[in-house]
Amino acid sequence: MSEIPLPQVAKRVVPWWLLRHETMLAVILLVALIVLGGLNSRFLTLDNLLNQGRLTTEVGLIALPMTFIIITGGIDLSVGSIVGLCAILLGYSWKVFGLPLPLAICFSLFVGAAAGFLNGIVITRVKVPPLIMTIATLALYRGLAEGISQARSVRGYPEWFYFVGQENLFGVPAQLWLLLIAIVVTAIVLDRTTFGRTLYAIGNNETAARFSGLPVDRVKLIIYTLSGLMAGLSACVLVSRVTTTRSDMGIGYELDVIAAVVLGGTSIFGGVGTIWGTVVGLAMIQLLKNGLALTGVKGDATIVVIGTVLILSTLVASSLQRRREGV
Amino acid sequence: MTAMTLAGTGADPRRRLKVLASQEALLAIAVIGLAIAVGLYNPRFLAARNLADVLLGNAYIAVAAVGMSMVIVSGNIDISVGALIGVLATFSGTLAVNGAPIVVAWLAALVAGVVVMALQGVIIAYLRIPAIVVTLGMLSILKGGLISVTGGKWITDLPDSFHLADIELFGLLPFPVFLMILVTILAALWMRYSASGRAIYAVGGNAEAARLCGISQPRTIVMVFALHGLFAGAAALLYATQLRVIQSTVPPNLELTIITASVVGGVSILGGVGTVVGSTLAAVLIAEIASALVFIDVSPYWIRAVQGVLILVTVIADILRRRRMAGA
Repeated sequence: MSEIPLPQVAKRVVPWWLLRHETMLAVILLVALIVLGGLNSRFLTLDNLLNQGRLTTEVGLIALPMTFIIITGGIDLSVGSIVGLCAILLGYSWKVFGLPLPLAICFSLFVGAAAGFLNGIVITRVKVPPLIMTIATLALYRGLAEGISQARSVRGYPEWFYFVGQENLFGVPAQLWLLLIAIVVTAIVLDRTTFGRTLYAIGNNETAARFSGLPVDRVKLIIYTLSGLMAGLSACVLVSRVTTTRSDMGIGYELDVIAAVVLGGTSIFGGVGTIWGTVVGLAMIQLLKNGLALTGVKGDATIVVIGTVLILSTLVASSLQRRREGV
Repeated sequence: MTAMTLAGTGADPRRRLKVLASQEALLAIAVIGLAIAVGLYNPRFLAARNLADVLLGNAYIAVAAVGMSMVIVSGNIDISVGALIGVLATFSGTLAVNGAPIVVAWLAALVAGVVVMALQGVIIAYLRIPAIVVTLGMLSILKGGLISVTGGKWITDLPDSFHLADIELFGLLPFPVFLMILVTILAALWMRYSASGRAIYAVGGNAEAARLCGISQPRTIVMVFALHGLFAGAAALLYATQLRVIQSTVPPNLELTIITASVVGGVSILGGVGTVVGSTLAAVLIAEIASALVFIDVSPYWIRAVQGVLILVTVIADILRRRRMAGA
């Protein structure tokens, strides 16, 4: 890379914060809200928006740790399969092995964390690239879910279990509180703690981070484990919402999650990204789905749009970054 | 083992050849050993009919894995290929049903495969977007697009001449198996002995060194993806013609099976190493395992878990072996 021409930075006409990815995205989000609201009167109602929040929680819970992972320059493609595995184990440990449901939930969360830990330990100890490791476990965890369940579903959970997925707490969908807490905690961790700053250091230059004495491997191990744990939590919320357990749950989640994170301005090359951006990205994806659905577009066409958004937003982000670096 | 101390990078071509040969020999032994072991448990597994079905039904995976191996050797990955095969099969079948000459229907699948993959190659190589993002996006575009265009309707009444898989050469060699062998041999020779074939290894092994040698990295990557698209088109034709109907959906997780074949076949995920002979043997092995599960009374629902373990074990073994060679 050539040297960065320093003096030209000062010549900007537009204030820097307006050019931030997150700000631009928030403006686009506002415009989209207004346009969709104008097109369909059912869209801009509190009920609809809260319901969209309910629907986005499962993807959102996973997108937060995914932001951490992508900031370090890694990726986790196995999250959708972990959701499937945890959902199946939740159902099976309760119905077939006869565990009390609260214990079954703990067990399922534990398995999620263990699945993420396995990703993390092989990535840090054996140095298998995260992409390949999580493609392997994408197959493995989904395969375990299919093998254990033999494609049978579990239903008939006790009534109280549906609270998180279907009821409201203080007028807001119950699971949205979970997501809000997770957002606040991860935002503080990323922005205000040594741990969070270490993530950026790893993403910008892992070797330098290592030589600076940062616990690179331990930090990576923690974020992949966290990713698995949150996928387990997401599985419990999902089962509670749809009242049944199937081995194909969570298929394709990695697309929504990665699209939300990348759309939110986290660089796929690592080193750049915020939780706030991911939250706006999540909102964009969910509103896109909802807006398209309300205008009569079917679900399958929606994933075409999300795929296109994923590629285009990466293109725009990387060309903006290249221009900023003056390459 | 002491001789290894000299070349710390493990770049000695003779030793690399030996390692590769052992990977392929290992796979060949595994293919035969598994057949014998399962045959002892349940002799029906060794019935000529069953073995032929295993080969016939999975030749398309080996063909697609040849292209995938090139992509991985060049240091990239493609998870859109399964969806593309579904789209191309439907595309070609629709043309054939609507009265297009059969040859046109066949060629259309090949051309469309090349176009879609070359486009991805251009985005990856010239616009420098990571392959995983581009192919993940393309996967959903193809998958969603196929279902919304066709509505999931099956294509039936395919003209008899459309079925490539029915052709038998010299009265006994089924066309899919012939194509699998031919593609593997041609691709292996090309990758080993031609300058453009060697360029794939150079780009995947050390992009900077390749550039200094005058190899255009973007051009090589676009070429690799275009070829990969051609093989995907051929695989789609085999896939489309082995059943009497085309289901107009994306075969679920086909890309995982294809990636497994490439990786288990000895293509290093770090780029720069691997041959398509290995990937074809691995494709046969995976198909054999899937069939064997049924014969040893294990539910076929476990097959994907087996695939996951296979990738995991090969990748870890590959990295540990390299590390030992580098550190010995």
